[in-house]
Amino acid sequence: MPDESGRLLRDRTAIVGVGATPFYRRGASAPQSTLELAGKAVLAALADAGLRPDDVDGFALYSGGGFDPALLAQTLGIPNVRFMATLTGGGGGAPGAVGLAAAGIVSGHADVVVSVMAMQQPGAARFGSVFGRKEPGAYAARPTPESDFIAHAGLMGPGQMFAILTQRHMYQYGTTRRHLAEVAISTRENARNRPSALMRSPLTEEDYFAARMISEPFCLFDYCLECDGAVAVVTTSAERARDLRQPPVYVTASAQGGAGDWGQAIMWMGMPDDTFASSGHRPVAKDLYRRAGLGPADVDVALLYDHFTGMVLMQLEDYGFCPIGESGPFVADGNIRYLGGSIPVNTHGGNLSDAYIIGFTHVVEAVEQLRGSAVNQVANAEVALVTGGPAPLPVSGLILKREATGA
Amino acid sequence: MPDVRTSDHDDVALAAPVAMVSLNPNAWTEPFWVAAGQHRLTVQRCLACGTVRHPPGPFCPRCRTQDSDWVDLSGRATLYSFTVIRHALAPPLRAYLPMVIAVVAPDEAPTARLVANLVEVAVGDVAIGMPLEVVWEDAGDGVAVFRFRPAAPALRRTKETSS
Ligand SMILES: [Zn+2]
Repeated sequence: MPDESGRLLRDRTAIVGVGATPFYRRGASAPQSTLELAGKAVLAALADAGLRPDDVDGFALYSGGGFDPALLAQTLGIPNVRFMATLTGGGGGAPGAVGLAAAGIVSGHADVVVSVMAMQQPGAARFGSVFGRKEPGAYAARPTPESDFIAHAGLMGPGQMFAILTQRHMYQYGTTRRHLAEVAISTRENARNRPSALMRSPLTEEDYFAARMISEPFCLFDYCLECDGAVAVVTTSAERARDLRQPPVYVTASAQGGAGDWGQAIMWMGMPDDTFASSGHRPVAKDLYRRAGLGPADVDVALLYDHFTGMVLMQLEDYGFCPIGESGPFVADGNIRYLGGSIPVNTHGGNLSDAYIIGFTHVVEAVEQLRGSAVNQVANAEVALVTGGPAPLPVSGLILKREATGA
Repeated sequence: MPDVRTSDHDDVALAAPVAMVSLNPNAWTEPFWVAAGQHRLTVQRCLACGTVRHPPGPFCPRCRTQDSDWVDLSGRATLYSFTVIRHALAPPLRAYLPMVIAVVAPDEAPTARLVANLVEVAVGDVAIGMPLEVVWEDAGDGVAVFRFRPAAPALRRTKETSS
């Protein structure tokens, strides 16, 4: 049964515009600034919706957006900002930002809310070593009393941290590198025919096992891409959405957060034994499905945050597509393939092969699937799931639908 | 196709250099590092309910009591999970590969897991569940860093099976 909090939000808002810059290899977007990339994505999303910057009165972001939101409002000449909020944390908030936009609209704070993420990694400012940087600059995490307990061991990159969770998953459930390879290979297959994708050449199992190891059990192909670009999404009320240029894609349910004993997760490694080798999404998945009044069997396409292959496996379990511990054999059977899979995953090539804009391309792909305009279109797609994280809290999930059925 | 981690599994694990260690303690974490400087591994314990916690902090997550004391650990532990680092994220670490970053469960406080490097072990011999013991490396100015190595009996077993 859908719960009361789900009823308040369900299908009351819709995504009406999506936009993105081209995706660039790391550093190649220069001399554009990060703010410029963000602004271009916002203008593209507004044009897609048939709206103007003067219509915008809210910003709902995650992880700060990658730029100064005040400066973006100033630069784009937004007449009156009535809602400006960001989820705390990092990439875990990606689809949660759209839920935040929906909450801002339903609560009457704003009418047209923009969510945007811009990613730019010039020079040595590589996101992958974020927790090891002490000098000021882009993507430098300030050392804390708590980070002392991991920094002394040289633990400084998200890839290293999630490799440790994946190693435990292998030990507990018999997951193998072949299973990780299937995530990388199936995702690459989906990117091969996409003009936007940064990685379009075929990836074989032989290529995978020949790749250099980075942080065992992860090799090069278990990692998402390092790139530059920006992605924006425009959300408004369901009523206003019906008069705009694109068919509305309804925000059916949103959930974000997670368990306190997941907490800082990869930054402390003290999660309970039964969730250590997980995505941290189980409480969020439960809330999300209950609020939507739907279950995993209703989902037609899943856009799962794929910063690292192993974490896709754990999300398949935590969102109920297969039992806990059985994601390895599940993917080995072809279940996440676009062609012939029981639940097509990351039909756009994901963070692994299309682009890593901290997960926000997943929202765009969900919208395109539900508009019926995706490059790798899932036939008759009605319901899409989008996730953000695994990450320190919050992680988030979003269920989008083609037809409004609530209220 | 072999499902092996790597062909260079005989490499001995190296540890992050103590020269890179810089601590930023607060009132709650400082006692841990003071004890570490004396080569004592400790864990914070709630005085009301006895729950141990790590990293040290102002509240017991179980009963929210602030009063706590510190318990000395034996330094014996079990390997909970790990990664073998083959690619350095910071240039000064390039000379210290491969490096094993481990999550270990202390025998007397298995839920208060610690993150540390493993030393004195070939990376191919590292396995979840292996018994470990603490070793210390002084960093100067009263600071010491804890690492773990295979516990003595396990070390002997490793030598027997590899010969
Ligand atoms: Zn207590």
